[in-house]
Amino acid sequence: MTEIWDGLTKAVQLLISFDPQLMEIAWRSLGISGTACLLASLICLPLGSLIHFHHFRGKRALINIIQTLFVMPTVLVGLFLLVLLSRAGPLGFFGILFTPTAMVIGQMILITPLLLGLTISALSGVSREIVDTAISLGASSSQTIWLVLKEARYAVLAAVIMGFARAISEVGCALMVGGNIRGATRVITTVISLEAGKGNLELAIALGIILLFLALVINIALNRLQQR
Amino acid sequence: MSLIEVVDLSHTYGEREVLKALNLGIGKGEVFALIGPTGAGKTTLLRIMDLLEVPCAGEIYFDGKGIPRSGTQRLEIRRRMSFIHQKPQVFDSSVYDNVACGLRWRGEKGNRIAQKVDHILEMVELAGYKNRNARTLSGGEAQRVALARSLVLEPEVLLLDEPTANLDPVSTQKIERLISYVARQRNTTMIVATHDMSQGQQLADRIGVLLDGKLVQTGDAKDIFRSPQNEEVARFVGMENILEGVVIAGNEGIAMINVGDDVIQAVSSYPVGKEVYACVRPEDITLHIADSCHQTAVRSSARNSFQTKVTGVTTIGPLSQVEMNCGFRLVALVTKISAEELDLQAGREVYATFKATGVHIMERKPHQ
Repeated sequence: MTEIWDGLTKAVQLLISFDPQLMEIAWRSLGISGTACLLASLICLPLGSLIHFHHFRGKRALINIIQTLFVMPTVLVGLFLLVLLSRAGPLGFFGILFTPTAMVIGQMILITPLLLGLTISALSGVSREIVDTAISLGASSSQTIWLVLKEARYAVLAAVIMGFARAISEVGCALMVGGNIRGATRVITTVISLEAGKGNLELAIALGIILLFLALVINIALNRLQQR
Repeated sequence: MSLIEVVDLSHTYGEREVLKALNLGIGKGEVFALIGPTGAGKTTLLRIMDLLEVPCAGEIYFDGKGIPRSGTQRLEIRRRMSFIHQKPQVFDSSVYDNVACGLRWRGEKGNRIAQKVDHILEMVELAGYKNRNARTLSGGEAQRVALARSLVLEPEVLLLDEPTANLDPVSTQKIERLISYVARQRNTTMIVATHDMSQGQQLADRIGVLLDGKLVQTGDAKDIFRSPQNEEVARFVGMENILEGVVIAGNEGIAMINVGDDVIQAVSSYPVGKEVYACVRPEDITLHIADSCHQTAVRSSARNSFQTKVTGVTTIGPLSQVEMNCGFRLVALVTKISAEELDLQAGREVYATFKATGVHIMERKPHQ
């Protein structure tokens, strides 16, 4: 019990003093997950619109597959990337295994189905009549897509936030392709998992508090959006 | 030459045939009302004309040119038209942005947009609402935004689908006034779909009756309301008295038509033996009260006069609808004041009189 109490007080000290090591890890977490989320959004928003606005064979099946991949295990993505990027693997010549780049790629793959699926359902929330109105006012196809994205902006933004939340809270993939290298690829979740294992509770708890705080901010933001 | 020409247009939704081999030409600057009950295919026809949908069969010509089934040419032609939908759909942005969007999509310059939008908002009396989110407006206001959004584009053709269907009388009047104003000022070609016949009559140069996917009759208001082509049109345009009969004699253009036990005289050249419908508009029937001094019939130039009993009176606003039974059901429309002065009520004996020229005769097909 005293161990936990000790850990908690030291964690608070670390937080109050803006401990450089703690801050470095937190910022790296935000940077990697933010980048992954941004890049995934740049791919998924247009791609999701494309899927939503076009009728093709197997559309329903494709959406089903996308939705199934919402719950893709993070370690599976990690394993897949590890095999691809390891020196002997097909993409080994890039030499990016155990770098933040690999982690960004991993998180992008992880959240792409979620972002794609949620974007499609956000766009489905815009009524057919709105689309028709835009078309009859003379919007071209791309102008129509842009308008529908704007109409669904709150739901689309909620999708992006959900993607970010999944990216920053995952540990399996970051650990496998990042390697938890001090000063290079350590992020909040990997540090918590490994430091706690070593009995080094204060850093783990302090980072846990930061992660919880982030979750709170994200939750408030989502609630605000859903109320609009 | 017609600005819009529809040739042999057919359309189906799944199994349901919505439009059946429809032909229609709309002249430049013409205001055309498309009337018909709900589900007749009015909206589908407008959607196809606005190039929102590709018809299953048939062609549309705009300004003499055929319209391709896909491609950018459709967008160019669509940009010369504008469509006001039945339920106004405003975008989730300010009133200003709603009205400006069509101009922006056409690549208009910023200051020109501002000028045009301000002017049109003034016209629809929404200038003070510029920065309000359009979603917070009432139904009537939203419909005016929708109208402004279309009018600001100065379209050559304006398609209106039941523009006042869900609105209160005041909003309806405002919208109708705007529509006729624009039609006159800009010589805009308009096609208005409505189930409200008086609206059609009021706004349009020409009316088309769409029943069950078929354009049954086109003509000016007088043609449609006085001389409907068949029973369906007659019923739809409020011809209350549609009597089944047979021509039994004809003399100098006046036909004697046997209706039940009575004979009606009508101006018609149908031959003897022809099965017909005799239609009389309720407002064309005059009612007299039999005097106490045993007068048996009223002397009048009207060829038809029946002694009959009132079976019921319904008052709607300033008018009273009087139902009578003279072997067949006859309905007359008189002012409420007349009904009161003549003390019209169930059981009252009256003479119902109408002219031979007031009877419209249509051919009755054996099983329609």
